[in-house]
Amino acid sequence: MKIRIKSDIALSKTGFVFNPQTGESFSLNPMGSEIFCLLRDGFSTEEVVKIITDRFDVSAHSFSTDLDDFVAMLRRYELTDEA
Amino acid sequence: MIKPINATMPGKSGTDAYISPMLDIDGVSVHSLAERFGTPLFVVSEKQLRRNIRMAKRAFSTRLPKVVFAWSYKTNYLDAVCRAFHQEGSWAEVVSGFEYDKALSNGVPGDHIVFNGPSKNREDLEKALKNSSLIHIDNLDELYMLVELAGELQCRPQVAVRVNLNAGTLPVWDRFGFNLENGQALDAVSKIMSFGCMDLRGLHCHIGTFILSSKAYGIAAQKLADFACDIRRLFGVAVEYIDMGGGFASKNTLKASYLVGADICPSMDDYAEEIADAFHKAPFGKGEFPALLLETGRALVDDAGFLIASVLTNKRSAQGGRYTVMDAGVNLLFTSFWYNHKISPAQLYSQHFENTTLYGPLCMNIDVVREQVSLPLLNKGDLLVVHNVGAYNMTQWMQFITLRPNIVMIEENGGTKLIREAEKFDDVTRLERL
Repeated sequence: MKIRIKSDIALSKTGFVFNPQTGESFSLNPMGSEIFCLLRDGFSTEEVVKIITDRFDVSAHSFSTDLDDFVAMLRRYELTDEA
Repeated sequence: MIKPINATMPGKSGTDAYISPMLDIDGVSVHSLAERFGTPLFVVSEKQLRRNIRMAKRAFSTRLPKVVFAWSYKTNYLDAVCRAFHQEGSWAEVVSGFEYDKALSNGVPGDHIVFNGPSKNREDLEKALKNSSLIHIDNLDELYMLVELAGELQCRPQVAVRVNLNAGTLPVWDRFGFNLENGQALDAVSKIMSFGCMDLRGLHCHIGTFILSSKAYGIAAQKLADFACDIRRLFGVAVEYIDMGGGFASKNTLKASYLVGADICPSMDDYAEEIADAFHKAPFGKGEFPALLLETGRALVDDAGFLIASVLTNKRSAQGGRYTVMDAGVNLLFTSFWYNHKISPAQLYSQHFENTTLYGPLCMNIDVVREQVSLPLLNKGDLLVVHNVGAYNMTQWMQFITLRPNIVMIEENGGTKLIREAEKFDDVTRLERL
């Protein structure tokens, strides 16, 4: 599944996210930043699961659960185009 | 993980504090307990039980010449818990025939059982009379029944009068016993004296529950001490003891409380100082200084009880809030209706926390253990420890939807023993008839 991050969302190297449309800001932890970048670069959620589980000692089931939650929060905070 | 940044005023506790994970209870790994006994699992710390009663005894016995603790059975009547208190010298305080029988089966001598409560039936009273137990009279019907039984059984009931009074706390508990201020209590004592068939051994009050003001006990103690002196003057009888009941707060946080319970709970020394001060100021006659009897339960056992639960799943609410569901709910945690229980994860975790609503496993919307608690991100199978559950939960729990779980005690020597087996299907169904 493709998740389209809004094109005008800014992300700093330290994980600071700014939404210029609403003025809201957010913080991402390092893993959050990495996933955010992958989604923004057009990787699907299935591809993100593969990339992360190849690199880290985490099961696909466990990571998928966390990724679903992360994506739900991106939608909740209106950082995606589907929201 | 993504968190919104809100440039608002910090809450009353400032920024989120780091909560230490609870990896062990008295040196025994929480995970090993869960693996061995399953979850949910109640754990009782014998060390903490004994520490609490010893501290309480020290606080009172260093201020007053004679102090007796009677273990409040309804607070936790697991035999292993009761016996630990009895080994520390506590008598038994019971409020039903069932609890009375439990006290006897735990080896408590009949004359060391205080029988309280509004529902003593004839059979209960007969048993208590035959064992010379101390019967605290709650109402006039009970008093008249005792008069009848004294004649039938040819014995002298050993009684105290349960008194209710205004100690400045709200609500005033006037349901139990006889009111002091309007003269009911004096009338009851007058009847006892005029019948002449029983011995008035003591006076008893219990001003409420979870009383956070130690000064209220000073007021109540002064009123009861003055009442004792009035009885001495009017009837020539000096009561041997004054029972100040219980109601001392534990370190739990009441839902309505602005501050954390552990920060505002009076110490045993605070309660002891107020009561002892009132006793010492009272004009008791020479050699007639009464003993103090105490029935405190919650303050002695709450922090000795823990509940280990497993995370079943995490969800998001319609509004994006985090929901965590665990395998222990309000069926086991009756006290979660009035406390914000402290919750600790039982494994190491990252520094990322999120406000979470913590649900139990019941298919009932009321099954909420914490409406809002800051927790790290948890995975299915992770363990949580609920603190301060030693009082009332192991007696007021419900067999509802699920069966009641194992209870283990971590002994003083570090050993672990099962003190109540988990219920099985047959335990519940064998009582049914078609």
